[in-house]
Amino acid sequence: MAKFILRRILIAIPMVLVITMLCFMLMSLAPYDAVDAMVDPRMSAETVAAMKDALGYNDPLWMQYLKWLQSLVTGNWGYSITTKAAVADQLAARIPNTIMLVLPAYLFAYVLAIVLGLVAGAHRGSRLDRCIDAIASVGIAVPSFWFAMLLIFVFGYLLKWLPILGMQTIGDGSALDIARHYIMPFVTLTVAFLPDNLRYVRSSTITQSTQDYVTVQRAFGASDAEVMFKHICRNVLIPVITRLGMAMPLLVTGAIITETIFSWPGVGPYFITAIKAMDYPVVMSILVLSSTLVILGNLLADVLCCIVDPRMRQGGGSK
Amino acid sequence: MAAENNEAAAMGTPSPRGELLRVRNLRTTFHSHRRLIKAVRGMDLTVLDGEFLAIVGESGSGKSVAMKSIMGLLPKNAEVKADKLEFAGKNMLAMSAKERRGMCGSQIAMIFQDPMTSLDPVKTVGKHLFEVLKRHRGLTGAAAREEAIHALEQVGIPSPAQRLDRYPHEFSGGMRQRVLIAMALCCKPRLLIADEPTTALDVTIQAQILDLLRRLRDEEGMSVVLISHDLGVVASLCDRVEVMYGGMALESGLVDDVFERPRHPYTSALLGAVPNPNERRTDRLVSIPGTPPSLVNPLDACPFADRCKFAADVCRTMVPEWRNYPSGQIARCAFDADALGLVGVGQGGEPCACCGARTGQAEDDESGKEA
Amino acid sequence: MKLAQETAGSAPEAAVSAQSAFDAAAAAKAAKKNHMTRREAAWLAFKRDKGAIISLSLLLIIVVVCLIAPLLPLAPNATDVAHRLAAPSAEHWFGTDELGRDYLARVIYGGRVSLMVGLLAMLTSMVVGILVGTIAGLFGGIVDAILMRFVDVLSSIPWMVLVTVVSILLKPGITSIILVIGLFSWMEIARLVRAETQSIRGHDFVQYAELCGVSRLSVIVRHVIPSAFPTIITAATTSLASAIMTESSLSFLGVGVQQPMSSWGSLLQAAQGYMQNNIYMAFIPGLLIVIVIFAFNKLGNVLRVFADPQVMSGERG
Repeated sequence: MAKFILRRILIAIPMVLVITMLCFMLMSLAPYDAVDAMVDPRMSAETVAAMKDALGYNDPLWMQYLKWLQSLVTGNWGYSITTKAAVADQLAARIPNTIMLVLPAYLFAYVLAIVLGLVAGAHRGSRLDRCIDAIASVGIAVPSFWFAMLLIFVFGYLLKWLPILGMQTIGDGSALDIARHYIMPFVTLTVAFLPDNLRYVRSSTITQSTQDYVTVQRAFGASDAEVMFKHICRNVLIPVITRLGMAMPLLVTGAIITETIFSWPGVGPYFITAIKAMDYPVVMSILVLSSTLVILGNLLADVLCCIVDPRMRQGGGSK
Repeated sequence: MAAENNEAAAMGTPSPRGELLRVRNLRTTFHSHRRLIKAVRGMDLTVLDGEFLAIVGESGSGKSVAMKSIMGLLPKNAEVKADKLEFAGKNMLAMSAKERRGMCGSQIAMIFQDPMTSLDPVKTVGKHLFEVLKRHRGLTGAAAREEAIHALEQVGIPSPAQRLDRYPHEFSGGMRQRVLIAMALCCKPRLLIADEPTTALDVTIQAQILDLLRRLRDEEGMSVVLISHDLGVVASLCDRVEVMYGGMALESGLVDDVFERPRHPYTSALLGAVPNPNERRTDRLVSIPGTPPSLVNPLDACPFADRCKFAADVCRTMVPEWRNYPSGQIARCAFDADALGLVGVGQGGEPCACCGARTGQAEDDESGKEA
Repeated sequence: MKLAQETAGSAPEAAVSAQSAFDAAAAAKAAKKNHMTRREAAWLAFKRDKGAIISLSLLLIIVVVCLIAPLLPLAPNATDVAHRLAAPSAEHWFGTDELGRDYLARVIYGGRVSLMVGLLAMLTSMVVGILVGTIAGLFGGIVDAILMRFVDVLSSIPWMVLVTVVSILLKPGITSIILVIGLFSWMEIARLVRAETQSIRGHDFVQYAELCGVSRLSVIVRHVIPSAFPTIITAATTSLASAIMTESSLSFLGVGVQQPMSSWGSLLQAAQGYMQNNIYMAFIPGLLIVIVIFAFNKLGNVLRVFADPQVMSGERG
């Protein structure tokens, strides 16, 4: 098992490097560069040229790449072209807000998906199952921003129960205030995360129900409940839990639309503003960060799989 | 019914072996999308104490479905009806689902065709056995462990104590099938149904597993119903045989009788289709022309009528009744077997009357050409 | 279908593929047992699914209306500031927007854009995916390894992030958005086609063809693609649904279709400011998005039953 994990880590590292190379290539295609974040119109052309030279913009591309990589690793993620603020600082401030929104919503949606999916799969074909399946099918087709708008309309404008913008009212940073601001984005995200996972769990449950070992268990007198809780559950939950690892990138970029529409001060609006303003340092930093998280997430998923699935524990070998 | 009387007569003893399982006119229909699929259309089965019964038939003849119907293992869209369904004297039709379930494993155990997928991949072999031991014999802890090790020894698994903590994927196919048999043994059932237990296994392993089954029957006094399409295995291992086709049982009797002197055209054709390795001819392999009947809305007729050389109008309009024969065999045919001149295995020289196949040892080329 | 809404890692697919494939396999198994032809099985799958019937009928209406829009008496750009932000009425079925334009007309023309972008993006991803998939599957070896690594790496980059980023490198506009969506959703199709190609390649008739000197291209065109066709068709509907969702999301965020062109997504973005009193402006385009995507997913389900090889092998008619 340790060998398998080690192997996966060794593969992950070059993948991350390749990602950084791709990002760097994209960045070098950009018409602006980071120097523009630091110049203002009053500087003369020579000063600007000198700055560029000093910062290494006339070095060969591979050297620029290595320097950029080095600065990434040491924590200097560049400066925003528009706000001139350090990207790393901004992200450090915003990521916790995003995590605060995404983590509970995703976990809640996941648990809900597991419960509903198992129930639906266990009572396959029943009205309950068809209802749950319909919820999942419709849910997948509903744009989260539309759902958010309807929520805002009903609870913000019509009923006036909940505030519609931001994380807290100015002047009031109490927990209750934040909680009131939190509800609608949380619900929107939960509704966004639920359908996919629900369908996965449901189909996994049904697949397991048709496996031979279930017939064998029944042939040895197991009741439906025993079959479900002692056998099917575990077989369904193993891949479901490993999938959880793959949700890691969501912690940074999982709520772009929701945060934008609710003006929640997370990574989302920061990213979108940067995109529209062509603020490359910001955009690229986020790109590298989330791509790395994808790879780390996959790694985590593999590790979880190893731990949880007895078939993987000896000798490894991919599923 | 005629069948019972005949079997009693066949035994030749005034007090025959007890009947363990008695099934009369079993009918199983699947309801699907407004179509009815009649998988079993009137099957009779009797299993005696301690006997080794074989059920043979082609794919789609309904043998597996029939056994699963008896055990109650079919999906919800299956409708199972029978005139009689008795096990050890108890009427299974009158039982509740819970009681039926209680019998599964403890009284009747069943093992299936593909051992590779029959065990829960995330549970150790030990867990499989402990579950069964707890459910049917109330054993837990050390007592259960001891029983489990004993069962694994019985089926010939080496180092059973260590193997208990291993997962199914660490066992080969043959070993897994042994584990399943061990599970069945743990419950100490009176009847073991083995649904083509060796089809997915190597020939050498096959022999070992079948040998194991026979040994268990001898040692434990368990009745075994072996579903198979391999006539060679049946001939060497079983006491009695029942032949199924198109959802119906068509012939039943002692193995030697049925094989040497079949009383149904289908049985005869089936035997004729078995390639004989002793034959020195280089004839083409014989098969029964045609295909099995559709199970969707089948006609009320003999299911073999389409492919039978002897078929007449009466065969296509009526389901034939059982006929009794002095040897104790019974067959479901409109015609008397003697009148048809059916030929079985080991009758050398004469070609099969219905399909022209040559069975048994060929004496010399000349006589063969008479066909 | 993983969507542009809130994305985990890679592009759309896993859940819906699993779900649809599983549904199809179940229906196919039932069909085989009941000795149905695949046409019957697909039709039956369709008939029994009320959601499919309703949504596909609505989809048909929507598509037809959008197609014949130029022939209809609509004026999507005619402003009438005196009657701005009017609620739906007999005169303006969907009301008017902030510039007094007839909203029904704007929604229909927005639909044209959304559907067209979806369709073209889907075609782009299909073409690239089929190309890469067949090449990887047929040539195997190093070519296959490199291509698949490339697919893996691209799939690693969070989809929405990549799409958004690249869309700013290209000149914003409809061509860019089509290209961008198409070029980042071809990966799953490539994988599917590659798997299909590899299985076909093992068949004798292909090896004979190659022995006889038939060109590889010919083999691809005349054998691989027809055989992979059912898989491709079902992947196409999923891809289409997903492309429409992505385009809507990007346009909503302002990085998709640009003015003066508008799609349902951009209509929704404009509607944001008027939610309080004119919720119909937000409700209607969003509802149409839901119906269209739902319908395409259902279509994919039905087609999967049609295409399932299990059913095909039992085909008798």
